[in-house]
Amino acid sequence: MTIDARIVRIHGDDIDTDVLYPGPFLDIEDPELMKDHLFEGLDPALRDRLGGDTALVVDANFGCGSSREHVPQAMKASGVKCVIARSFARIFYRNCINLGLLALEQPELSDSAQDDELISIDLERGTATLDGVVTPLRGLHPFVVEAVAAGGFVEWSRSHPPH
Amino acid sequence: MTVGHTATEKIVLEHADVDEVAPGDVVMLRCDLVLTNDISGPMAIQTLARMGVERVFDPARVVVVPDHFVPAKDVRSAGLQKRLKDWCDAQGVVLYDQGRGGIEHAVLVEDGWVLPGTVIAGGDSHTCTHGALGAFGTGLGSTDIAACLAYGQFWQAVPGTIQVELRGRLQPFTSGKDVILAVIAEIGVAGGNGHVLEFVGEGAAALTVDERLAVANMAVEAGSENGLFPADETTKGYLDGRARGGWTPVATDVDAVVARRITVDLDRLAPLVAKPWSPGNVAPLTEVVGTPVDQVYVGNCSNGTITDLRQAATMLQGRKVHSRTRAIVVPATQRIYAQALAEGLLDVFVEAGAMVSTPTCGACFGGSNGILAEGEVAVATTNRNFRGRMGAGTSGIYLANAYVAGAAAAAGEIVDPGSL
Repeated sequence: MTIDARIVRIHGDDIDTDVLYPGPFLDIEDPELMKDHLFEGLDPALRDRLGGDTALVVDANFGCGSSREHVPQAMKASGVKCVIARSFARIFYRNCINLGLLALEQPELSDSAQDDELISIDLERGTATLDGVVTPLRGLHPFVVEAVAAGGFVEWSRSHPPH
Repeated sequence: MTVGHTATEKIVLEHADVDEVAPGDVVMLRCDLVLTNDISGPMAIQTLARMGVERVFDPARVVVVPDHFVPAKDVRSAGLQKRLKDWCDAQGVVLYDQGRGGIEHAVLVEDGWVLPGTVIAGGDSHTCTHGALGAFGTGLGSTDIAACLAYGQFWQAVPGTIQVELRGRLQPFTSGKDVILAVIAEIGVAGGNGHVLEFVGEGAAALTVDERLAVANMAVEAGSENGLFPADETTKGYLDGRARGGWTPVATDVDAVVARRITVDLDRLAPLVAKPWSPGNVAPLTEVVGTPVDQVYVGNCSNGTITDLRQAATMLQGRKVHSRTRAIVVPATQRIYAQALAEGLLDVFVEAGAMVSTPTCGACFGGSNGILAEGEVAVATTNRNFRGRMGAGTSGIYLANAYVAGAAAAAGEIVDPGSL
């Protein structure tokens, strides 16, 4: 599985899911409608920077707080193909993987990536190419690679029926 | 040489098909109970349909508690609740419908669903609350919940353990809220990522179940997956006559590998607050005394217990809510509501000029029932004070214990409850 995407850099540690997608909109079920509220409490103008295949590059403990799956659903619907962080909060990370949205904890990439650069990620080879520089992806768990490559947990579970 | 296990590792070993575990290992973890609500539930049901799964794995192990937009605030939220109820009826799973339950975590605990050593998968981040009774309760998103409903299991990276030793005893006008704020101040809002918090020591043993619930509930605010109080005599006393099944206590071996140990000295712990806009922005109460307060909110899944209502009522007894301030009291469950009624606490609140609400998550997550205007300041016993959490983006929430909240309601500003 490979991903080619344009980088949108979001700065700041501990960006919580409330600012990424505020509570009043949790009764929305259609991801197409969720898109209109993504980043609402952080910076609604960020929505205008999405479009085409994008990779969000963020800082530490991204997605802390609530378990709301609306955040990665809205991201996916908005064309986000990958989120690269220094680190993620646990439930947000799970939600991304479960939805087949690649979430990578890669501090070096988080440090070096700039807005509008192009990044190419090869999950089989375990590499990211950014600005011509190839970086090995570290700490990739085989389950995570499998689940994302399958398209998410639902698809993964079809080929891994529980006993 | 064999090395001992943490309590959490033992729970994992009991619930996964593995012979040995190490932190970071990914296992499929069987859940004893699946919990969902009116937000994570309808989305999980949709996912279940996409999976082609028609029946839940075991209707006796699923509990549904609509609590977020309850009572329905508009047609859309009413639709979610209706669909959830219809689904529960069709599946034959337990539904604590409106007026018969309350806030999911409080309902689960008080109605005997939470047992030491069990795994509770909840479609809400504050499922870590159930660690208070020695369970591995952990928050999950809707796809995870769909997997749990379908198969009774979810993937889980084995967490490490941060052991928090509580020394001494809680001092006047402090509560479980101050304990967990002290921990978050120490390790930070990401300090518990990949780990559970495990509370041990004489100070932990001396905490009541309500205080333990307040502590465990905010484990996720430190990034932790659970806030565990290994079961003891207090747990047993609480569960006797309440537990829906048998259980055995699970504790950490003395030779287990613990990632980190920290200590909180309760004898020296004074009331704390978390200032806007992070639960990690912790300060001594004394630092913010004099801050004018527009709204006081006593409630939510961390601090809407009878203990909290008593503490708030202590401060409002014979007093009035200050003219600049509005106060909202939200008992966490219908049963707590009834108990507060019987104890005369609701009289205290109503006579003081506070509003008493039906149990709901309500304004805690900005849903309804007490939304803040631009620039307003609240003192809340809730667990999150993220920017815009309770309303407008420029509003601010000070998280505090129920004594501090009750005192702020009476004074119209943040005060030392001991000074009233």
